[in-house]
Amino acid sequence: MTVKQLADSLSLKVICMPDGDREVTGGYAGDLLSWVMGRANSGDAWITIMSNVNIVAVATLADPSCIVLSEGVGIDAEVLEKAKSVGVNILGSDEDTFALCARIAAVL
Amino acid sequence: MSECVNFHFDIDGDNFTSAGEASVRIKKHLRDMGFSPETIRRVSVAMYEGEINMVIHADGGSADVNVYVDRIEIILADSGPGISNIELAMQEGYSTAPDNIRSLGFGAGMGLPNMKRYTDSMKIESEVGKGTTIYMTVNV
Ligand SMILES: Nc1ncnc2c1ncn2[C@@H]1O[C@H](COP(=O)(O)OP(=O)(O)OP(=O)(O)O)[C@@H](O)[C@H]1O
Ligand SMILES: [Mg+2]
Repeated sequence: MTVKQLADSLSLKVICMPDGDREVTGGYAGDLLSWVMGRANSGDAWITIMSNVNIVAVATLADPSCIVLSEGVGIDAEVLEKAKSVGVNILGSDEDTFALCARIAAVL
Repeated sequence: MSECVNFHFDIDGDNFTSAGEASVRIKKHLRDMGFSPETIRRVSVAMYEGEINMVIHADGGSADVNVYVDRIEIILADSGPGISNIELAMQEGYSTAPDNIRSLGFGAGMGLPNMKRYTDSMKIESEVGKGTTIYMTVNV
């Protein structure tokens, strides 16, 4: 399914979605950036509580289909601008990471 | 036959917000040059880890990427504190990153192992008090 379909079907918050037609091909959960760089696959939904600007660079390079912020984490305006400008999708949810991952896994 | 395109970047040591930008630019260049997504991913992940290390551990440095028909070389050079025990630094989980850096998500001690895993060859030259130079090659 696409990022937009994922957001719709799980009622996730859309923080920014410059590339909603991108296909979600799997998932990876983690907050340590080098783990994400080394292990996440291109196309994964990346579930994390990290919200600083470095997640945008990591997403650009590791190439997940979207970042999904769990635990109700929000992002700064500066990070939002950067994500929009480079075409990184960011969704959000108030659920904890475990519950969110379980729901995402169930629909993929 | 040994035609080469060089990209050079100065990596700012105290700008955490722009850290990784050189790697993002290389990714774009390689895509424009028609390299495969797999090659691009390997080069940009390895370069990002090295770039971030120079920002976190060495107060910046320089990055050179040499693109040949059959391989891509990445050379990262800094005048930071150097690495006293390279074998230890290469181990998964080893990190000297301070707490404020860890709170940003760095410091898992996975950067150097990622660089090794994503490249076909990697060589570290380092002298304590002088700096570190890392040579990596990804075969195309
Ligand atoms: N350019 C460098 N100059 C000085 N020391 C370095 C340099 N690069 C790495 N190191 C040392 O090697 C250690 C391991 O590096 P590595 O990239 O594997 O982990 P990290 O940067 O601490 O955490 P991570 O990359 O997972 O965010 C670092 O903590 C640091 O002590
Ligand atoms: Mg590192």
